[in-house]
Amino acid sequence: MSEIQIPTVADLAAKGEKPEVLFWVGCAGSYDDRYKSVTKAFVKILNKVGVKFAVLGPEETCTGDPARRAGNEFLFQMQAMSNIQVLNGYEIKKIVTACPHCFNTLKNEYPELGGNYDVIHHSQFLQELINDGKVELKGGGEFKGRKITYHDSCFLGRANNVYSAPRAVLEALDAELVEMKRCKTKGLCCGAGGAQMFKDAEPGNKEVNVERTEEALETKADTIAVACPFCMTMMSDGVKNKEKESSVKVKDLAELIAESEGLD
Amino acid sequence: MEYIPQIVFVLVAGFFGFLIFRRIRRISSNIKLGKDVNLTDNKSERLKNMILVAFGQKKMFKRPIPAFLHLLIYVGFILINIEVLEIVIDGIFGTHRIAAPILGSLYTGMINFFEFLAVGVLFSCIVFLIRRNILRINRFKKIEMVGWPSLDANLILIIEILLMVAILGMNGADQILQTRGANHYTETGSFFFSSAMFGWLDQFETSTLILIERAAWWFHIVGIFAFALYVTYSKHLHIFMAFPNTYYSRLDPKGKMTNMEEITNEVKMMLGMPVEGDSSPPPEGMRFGAKDVNDLTWKNLMDAYACTECGRCTSECPANLTGKKLSPRKIMMDTRDRLEDVGKNGLDDGKSLLGDYITKEEINACTNCNACVEACPVNINPLDIILQTRRYVAMEESAAPESWNMMFQNVETNFAPWKFGVQDRFNWSNELKEGK
Repeated sequence: MSEIQIPTVADLAAKGEKPEVLFWVGCAGSYDDRYKSVTKAFVKILNKVGVKFAVLGPEETCTGDPARRAGNEFLFQMQAMSNIQVLNGYEIKKIVTACPHCFNTLKNEYPELGGNYDVIHHSQFLQELINDGKVELKGGGEFKGRKITYHDSCFLGRANNVYSAPRAVLEALDAELVEMKRCKTKGLCCGAGGAQMFKDAEPGNKEVNVERTEEALETKADTIAVACPFCMTMMSDGVKNKEKESSVKVKDLAELIAESEGLD
Repeated sequence: MEYIPQIVFVLVAGFFGFLIFRRIRRISSNIKLGKDVNLTDNKSERLKNMILVAFGQKKMFKRPIPAFLHLLIYVGFILINIEVLEIVIDGIFGTHRIAAPILGSLYTGMINFFEFLAVGVLFSCIVFLIRRNILRINRFKKIEMVGWPSLDANLILIIEILLMVAILGMNGADQILQTRGANHYTETGSFFFSSAMFGWLDQFETSTLILIERAAWWFHIVGIFAFALYVTYSKHLHIFMAFPNTYYSRLDPKGKMTNMEEITNEVKMMLGMPVEGDSSPPPEGMRFGAKDVNDLTWKNLMDAYACTECGRCTSECPANLTGKKLSPRKIMMDTRDRLEDVGKNGLDDGKSLLGDYITKEEINACTNCNACVEACPVNINPLDIILQTRRYVAMEESAAPESWNMMFQNVETNFAPWKFGVQDRFNWSNELKEGK
C-alpha cells in the first residue's frame, strides 16, 4: 500500500484546494492512546476509499463541549467562536467526526454562533460507504459467527436519534448483533457524559460503567462495539474491572471495519 | 322549600368554582415568574406532539401494563364527565336525569358504557394501590416519595374509587326506585354493572333507598368539585398540564443546549468581532445561569406543575440507578415546591432553589444522557434545569468541582480538556505514517 496520506486543510489551501469533507479528530482522537487507534483506523479507511478529506491538524481545538456541560458558557463560546472562525476561513462545508460529543456540538450548537456545516458522525459516514459499495465487506470472514453487542452513545442516540447507522455497519460485518436489555432509546449511559469524564463520580454504591459492562457481558458477546471515545474508556475500564479483558474486546466501529478490510 | 337543593347546589358549585379559579390564577402567575422564552413557532408540529404524547399517550406505552391501566382511568375520566354535565344541569334546574327521555335507548346505552368505564377505573385504581403499597414498585419508594407525595398518590386513587362507587351506587339505587314507581325516577332502561353490584339494595325501604340515591348523587358531584380543587394542589394536576406542556415542549434535538446570547455579545467583543443588535453590557444584577425559580424559563416552571411524580425518569437515570443522590423527579418536585413557596412568601425569604432545595451534589452527578427526558410521558425536561443551575455554579460562584476547574484551565491553555501540549495534538499522524 502506498504511503498513507493525512493532508491538513492548510496543506490543501496552499495548493488552492479544498477537502470534500473535513475529518474532525477531536481531543480524545488526538491525545488518548486508545482512541488514537480509532483515528488511525478511520484515516486508513478514508485513504482506501479515496475520499478527498483533510484534517485541521494543529489548528484543531476543543469544541468547548465539556466546558459548556460543566456550566462554563463563556469558555464554550470562546472555543466555539474561534473554531468557527477557522472553519469558515477555510470554507468548510462538510464535517465527519468519530466523537459524538463533537458531533452534537458542531451540528446542533455551532449554527447559532455562525457555524453552519453538514455534520455527520463516522458511523453514518461508514454506513454510506457500505451502501455505496465503496467498502465491500467480505461476508463470512473473520466476524462470521461472532457475537457483537453495540453500546449506544447517549450523544449519538437519544441526543440525535442516530440508532440505525452504527447497527447497519455492524450488520454488514456479518457478525451476530446481539442487543443489551437496555438499548436504543432506553440505552444506559456509560457514565462519562455531561463532563463526568473529567471528574470523579459523586458518592454512590456502584460505578455506572460497571453496571453497563455487566449488562454487556450478559449478552455473551466477545466484542462490545462503541462509537464514542468516552464510551470506549468507560467500557474498557468496566471490562477490566470485571477481569474479562482477555475474552471480551471493546472496539470502535471504524476499527472493526478496518480489521475486516485487512487494514490493521 | 322545594328550591333549597337547587340553591345549595348552585352555592356549592360557585364556592368550589371560585376557589379553583383563584388557584388557577395563582399557578398561572407562578409560572409567569419564569424568564420569557418564545415557543410559538412550528404550530403544526407542536400540535402533533400534543395529540400524540398527551392525548394519545404515546410515551406511556413504553411500559404496557401501567399504560393500559392508566388508559382505562384516562378514558373513564374524560367520558364519564359527559354524565357529569347532566348531573350539573339536573342540580341547577331540579330535574332528574334530564337526558333520559330525550335520548331514549341511546341514554341506556351511554350510561351502560359509562358504567363499564367506571368499573374499569375502579379496577385500575385498585391495581395501582396494590402496586404502590403491597408490591411496592421500586420507583414509588424512593426517598423523595416519603410523606406527602406518597399520601397524595394514595389519596387520589382512594378518592377516584369512592367517586366510582358513588356513581355506581347511585345508578343501582335509581333502578330499584324506578321499578317501584317512585316519583321523579324517570324510566332509563336497565344498567348492567350497577344492578349487578347494587342489587342487594333492594332489601331497603323506598324512603331509605331515596336517601341512599340522593346521598350518592350529592357525594359524587360535590366529590368531583372538591377533587377538582384538590387536583390543583396535587401532583394530579398533570391531567390538565400535560396538554400545554407537550404543546410547548422543545422541538430541537435533545442534545442541543440553549445558547446564552447575553454571553455571545461579550465573547464577540473580547474577540474583536462585530456585535449585532444591542451591544450594551448585561444589566447590573443579571444572573448567569439559575439560582432560583425566577432564573428558569416559564417552560421549566410549567414542567414542574406537569409532573405527576411517576418516577419513570428516575428509574432510568444512570446516576440514580447507581446510588447517587440525583433523582430527576426530585429536581422537578423541588422546583415546584420552591415555586409554591415563592408564590406564598416571595423570592426574598432567604432561600433559593439551588442550595435549599436542590444540592450541588445532585446536579454534579448528571451525565447529560437524556434518559429522563426520553422517559417522561409528558415531555418534561429535568436536564434543562440541571444545566442552568450548573451555569450558575460555574460562572457566578466559580464553585464548580475542582477537577472541572482544572479541565476549564486545560481548555483555556492547551485547547484540550486534558493536560496535553498543543504541539502534540498532531503526533498521531506521524505515528500512523511510521506504521505505529
